[in-house]
This record gives sequence, structure tokens and C-alpha cells, in this order.
Amino acid sequence: MLSVRNIAKTIGPFALREVSFDVDTGDYFVLLGVSGVGKSVLMEILAGVTPAARGSIFLDGVDITRAPMQHRNMAAVFQDPALFPHMTVARNIAYGLHGRNLSRREITERVRRLAVEAGADHLLTRYPGTLSGGEAQRVAMARCLAVEPRCLLLDEPLVALDGEARAAMRSLLRKVKRKGLTVIHVTHDYEEAISLASHVGILEAGRMVQVGSPRQVFQDPKTPFVARFTGFRNCFAGRLTKDAGHGKAVFVTQSVTFVITTEDTAGTGHVVLRGQDVSLSRTEPPHGTNALPGTVVDLIPAPEGDEVIVDTGVEISALLPHGRAGSPKLVPGDRVWVAFAPAAARFIKD
Amino acid sequence: MTGRWRSPDPMHLVFSFLGGVVLLFILAPLVGMAFHTPVADLADTAADPEMRRSILLTLWTSLAGTLLLAVCAIPFAYLLARLTFPLKRLILAVVDLPIVIPHTAAGIALLGVLSRDSLIGGVADRAGIPFVGGAPGIMVAMAFVSVPFLVNAARDGFSAVPERYEKAARSLGASPLRVFLTISMPLAWRSILSGLVLMWARGLSEFGAVVMVAYHPMITPVLIYERFGAWGLRYARPASVLFVGVCLLIFLVARLLARDRLDAER
Repeated sequence: MLSVRNIAKTIGPFALREVSFDVDTGDYFVLLGVSGVGKSVLMEILAGVTPAARGSIFLDGVDITRAPMQHRNMAAVFQDPALFPHMTVARNIAYGLHGRNLSRREITERVRRLAVEAGADHLLTRYPGTLSGGEAQRVAMARCLAVEPRCLLLDEPLVALDGEARAAMRSLLRKVKRKGLTVIHVTHDYEEAISLASHVGILEAGRMVQVGSPRQVFQDPKTPFVARFTGFRNCFAGRLTKDAGHGKAVFVTQSVTFVITTEDTAGTGHVVLRGQDVSLSRTEPPHGTNALPGTVVDLIPAPEGDEVIVDTGVEISALLPHGRAGSPKLVPGDRVWVAFAPAAARFIKD
Repeated sequence: MTGRWRSPDPMHLVFSFLGGVVLLFILAPLVGMAFHTPVADLADTAADPEMRRSILLTLWTSLAGTLLLAVCAIPFAYLLARLTFPLKRLILAVVDLPIVIPHTAAGIALLGVLSRDSLIGGVADRAGIPFVGGAPGIMVAMAFVSVPFLVNAARDGFSAVPERYEKAARSLGASPLRVFLTISMPLAWRSILSGLVLMWARGLSEFGAVVMVAYHPMITPVLIYERFGAWGLRYARPASVLFVGVCLLIFLVARLLARDRLDAER
């Protein structure tokens, strides 16, 4: 198990403030955060490249906070694969195997096995300068897996790849996950996180604001930032006021009032709502709860449908999935009604 | 680049002329010296045992000095490339010191350390290593004035090796020494090699510091000086031409090595 306790560090604009989390052995832990939040600094601290200003790191109960990086047994793949340019792919993969009491044959066999696993067995005699970005990244993975690290650190390994290369790398990462290796994977892409993580940690302004399974984090965001980051398109600041009965409460944002389902007590906070939970119609919907008239101000095509921004006093984003039967053809300026169920909205208390 | 030559800028024309003056300044004396030397004299000098001994002595003392000091200079250059520490600029200035001080003064300073009356010189003399008036002294004098070339070239070479390779190697469990030997050194090798050749070539041509420490046995620059003093220009010239030829050959090799410098990034 990897335990990170109260890690703090400031490097230029990046500041980590008392970051703590645990990663169980065999867990695929995705550290999610926007660019510039200090994810890579945290990764460098874990790898031993950069010392932490404060805090401790324990790997299987051993304090490795000050251990030199070569003794940490945590191999790292960074955005840049950093393959050694003067060595062939085979020698790159074998690099960490020398000095481990392995015979030449064992080394050759292990290199071949890992190259096959990484889909790089046809590249063994090539030099890194001749590889594509995806090939280089897969070789870098094989090189790290060769040393059988206790923990694999991945810093945005997919960010520089596109299309097919990204898919191939992702499939390799899933293979690694199935092997039961402990992985810490840093990314700013929440879809990448959903597809790989067994646990997700979200870094916001240098702090770990939420840790949990992807389902917990994406369904029950603990801060407005987490909500926006994980696809809640609507986020309203306001005040939860009086109890509307049946576990429902009234939330007032600017001049608009919503009824939402929450157990929280009155106070200021945010209501977050997914675009796909908001329905649109030309006429007033029969169930009056949270039905608001407004004007279409913008239509934004998205992969999963059209995002419609409606001004109801506050701007509400609704997602109209492609090909939904009877969906109204809308243009900016159209008068429409938006509606959502009280249970679809989530209140996040300040 | 070629575009610039299609419509020559007046300034470029003037600068080209000025460049020509510099080239002429360098080449004219050398070419003139070569033309003034009859081939027969050159052949006689090349066959002269004293001359041959002297050239050989010059070549090996400079090479030995270079290789011995490289053991310290290359790791030192790595530190200078990788670390930032207080007084680093001062240390860099110290490294360049031998280039800026008069070499005769350097010779006098070395004599103070190497003479039999000094601690080091005395101990070495009793151990059978005669610095003053011996090959070891020549080596030290040559290395003293030429070591900045190796340190600086190697430092540039190490600086050009991206640190991420070293970090990747460390994270794979390699010790810092293994990283230095298998990653940093091979990737900086061209620069180091060109520094070694430069240091060797600079050592070959040293006169001032060597003549203070060891007039005998005579290295070629001292021999040329002696022939000029004793017999005049005509006798010094073939020796000069011959030695300049040897130096040029080494310099050519150095340029060839420096060319196609392996880009660590590739």
C-alpha cells in the first residue's frame, strides 16, 4: 500500500497543500486535475525526482520520503517517453534488468515477453529516433514493467498521442491493470479516468478534494469544481432556504428558484445538474416542478448531442441527444421551457 | 541562407571583405612559411633523429597529460553541467584561469610546486619522478594550460544531455554512477572527445609554461626556439613547418569529430 501524508511543495506557480491519500496494493489510482494544479509536481515527489517540502510517503509501511529514486522501486512513465537515444529498443527495455542477478538468456526472454505484451516485438532492433510517439510510449511502458516495480507512476501517458496510438496505449494500460500492479496515473482527462481507474483522486488548487471510486466521484461530486470537471454542465451558486417537505428544499440562485431533493440543512452552496437531466419543450410541461420558461441563447454541437443554452434568468444547459424522436428544431431566440426533476439536482454545501 | 547571396547586401559585402582580412591574417604567415621551406630541407628535418624524438616526446607527453587529467576533468565537468551551487561562477572563472594568465607566469607558478625544494616536487623526486627537467614536468605544464578546453567542451556536452534521460534511468533502479557511465557519458561523448582532442592539440603547442619547467628534454616548440636562437630562421623554418603539419593533422581530426556531433535528442 502507498500512503501519502500531508505532502506540501511550492514550485513557481504550482503549490501542493497538505495532499494526503492512500493507494491499495493492486489499485489503479487516477489522479485527476486541470493543468497547472500540481499533478506533475506530486508525481515527481512520488518518483523522488523532487523532494517534498513537508509530508511523508510510505510504501508498504516503509518511509520512502527521503529514499533516493533508484531505491524506491517506483518506475515512472512521463509524457515524454525519454527512451535512451543511443540504445536499441531491446537495450532500452533491458536497461533496468542489469545488476539483478539475471542471466543473459533470462534478460533476453523477459525483454521479448514484455515487448510482445506492449506490441513492440517488431521494434526490438530499432533506435528510438525512428519510432512513432505511440510506439515510443509503449516501449517506455515495457521498460518500466521489466523492472517489476512495486508501483508504476504514469504522468499523462496518453496526452501526446492521438487516435489509434491512444487506443493501443489505453489497451496496454488496461492489461497492466488486470495484472494487479499498483498504478498511479495522472491525467486531466476524466474520460480517461473513468475508463481505467479503480479509484480516483481529484486535485483542486493543490489540495486533494475528493477520493473514491469513479462512480462515487462522478455521481456525487463534493465540490463545484469536481462537478464541473466531471461533466456537470450546470452549476449555480445560491442559498438553500426553507424545507419544501418530503425531503425537498428550495434553492434560490439570483432571481430563480429550484426545488431540489436534499438532506442538507439550510445555507449557502451550489446546485449542480447534468445537461442530460434537463428536458426541453416548446410548451409548458404538465408537471410544474422546476419548469422554467426561457430563450435559447446558444446551440453547441457536442459528440453526444446538441448542448442548448437557455436563459431563464440564469443560464441553464440542456443536452439534446442526437436523433431523439420529436426533439424540437431549435434556433437562438426560440422560446422554450426547461424542466428537471428535483432528484436530478445535487446540492453541494459551502 | 542561400537567399542571402542572391541580392548581396552592401553590409554583407563589407563584412565579407573584413572576414577575408582575418583569414589572410591567419593563413598568409603559415602559407608563406611553407613556401619558403625547400622540400629537401623538410625531408632532412623529418629524417633528423633529434627532431623525431622531440615530436614523439611532444605527442606522448601531451596525450598522457590529457588522459591523466581527463579522469578528474570529465566528472568535474559533469558536476558543473548538472549542479548549481554557491560560487559556481567563481569556480567557472578559475577553470578558465590558465587561458588568461601568461604561460611563462604559469610555468613559474608550477616551478614553485614542482621544484625539488618544494614538498610535492621533493617527494616525487625521491620516488624517481623528476618533474623539473623531465617528461612528467612537461606533462604537468601542458595539462595546466590546456585543461580548460576539456572541462568546457565536456561541460557543454553534458549540458546538452536532457536530464529526463538520467531521471528515467534512475527510476529504473540505476545508481547515479551507472547513469553517468551508461547514459550521460555516451550521450555527451562527441563533445568529450572533441574536448580531449582540443586539449591534446593545445598541449602540443605549449611553449611558455613548458620551457620554465623543463627546457630539456626538448619538446618541439622549444626545439624550434632553440634552432632559431642558435642557427637562425632558415634552420627553424623546416622544423616549424613539419610540426605545424602534425598539429594541423590533429586539428583536422578534431574538426571531423566535432562535425556531425551526435545530437543527444536525435
